[in-house]
Amino acid sequence: MIVQALAFYLFAAIAIASGAMVISSRNPVHSVLFLILAFFNAAGLFVLMGAEFLAMILVVVYVGAVAVMFMFVVMMLDINFAELRQGFLRYLPIGGLVGLILLAELLIILAGWQLAPAATQSEMLAVTPPPGEMSNTMALGQLIYTHYINLFQAAGIILLIAMIGAIVLTHRRRPGVRRQDIGRQLQRRPADTIEVRKIPTGKGL
Amino acid sequence: MLAIGLTHYLWVAAILFAIGIFGIFLNRKNIIIILMSVELMLLAVNINFVAFSAQLNNLVGQVFAMFVLTVAAAEAAIGLAILVVYFRSRGTIAVEDINTMKG
Repeated sequence: MIVQALAFYLFAAIAIASGAMVISSRNPVHSVLFLILAFFNAAGLFVLMGAEFLAMILVVVYVGAVAVMFMFVVMMLDINFAELRQGFLRYLPIGGLVGLILLAELLIILAGWQLAPAATQSEMLAVTPPPGEMSNTMALGQLIYTHYINLFQAAGIILLIAMIGAIVLTHRRRPGVRRQDIGRQLQRRPADTIEVRKIPTGKGL
Repeated sequence: MLAIGLTHYLWVAAILFAIGIFGIFLNRKNIIIILMSVELMLLAVNINFVAFSAQLNNLVGQVFAMFVLTVAAAEAAIGLAILVVYFRSRGTIAVEDINTMKG
């Protein structure tokens, strides 16, 4: 129990601190690195809650793909970040006000909410299996591939569209690049390209 | 204090969400940081989903969190692609200049 509490406070504190560093750090590369740290600690929180599969997905997808993509963009684009930071202090009061109001609202809700009695009693589609009987990954898989198969396929289509969209957006056709055109190569006939000349003996061309 | 329940996780999620909103306002000019703030907010939402899923013994919350993750990845890819294209054509990523795209 106490280990769980300590782990929770550790993960939560690091996640929140690195979240704060993401938005306040001066160098965007540091922001991305703190984002990765925040994701890792959120994955730790997920493990504490018993959602191992989502924790691993979080590490693989967010840290392995999304954060690296951010890192690529930050490092590849030649951006003057100092210029972009102007006005940081100008937006601080209004941003702080909005953030604090939102946080206060959320915390008020947190203090006052209670579970609807029907939420725990209603016959549920997907009861979490008791620990030891089936792993979280297996239970999720049995749910996704049966009841949520259509949504799962739709998620795949969304990813496909995003992939195609990103490629179409960033692909550029540069003029003056000589590429291999296999169709043209195969269409060449000897008659089109080879010219046989009769050269008189003893004379050049 | 030592018994970690649903409310603790909801606290963390609420604070992370507020940090995300705050980051959007704070870094008004830097669209990369804005995208990162959006990712933080989605992460907070996911923590909420998983916390309720664990509390109610209902796996549907985790399934939904996975779909949120999918959409977040797609959104980051498209957003960064648009950012790269915009940078190529304008040489800057300042958000204020984007209003010239109004039709």
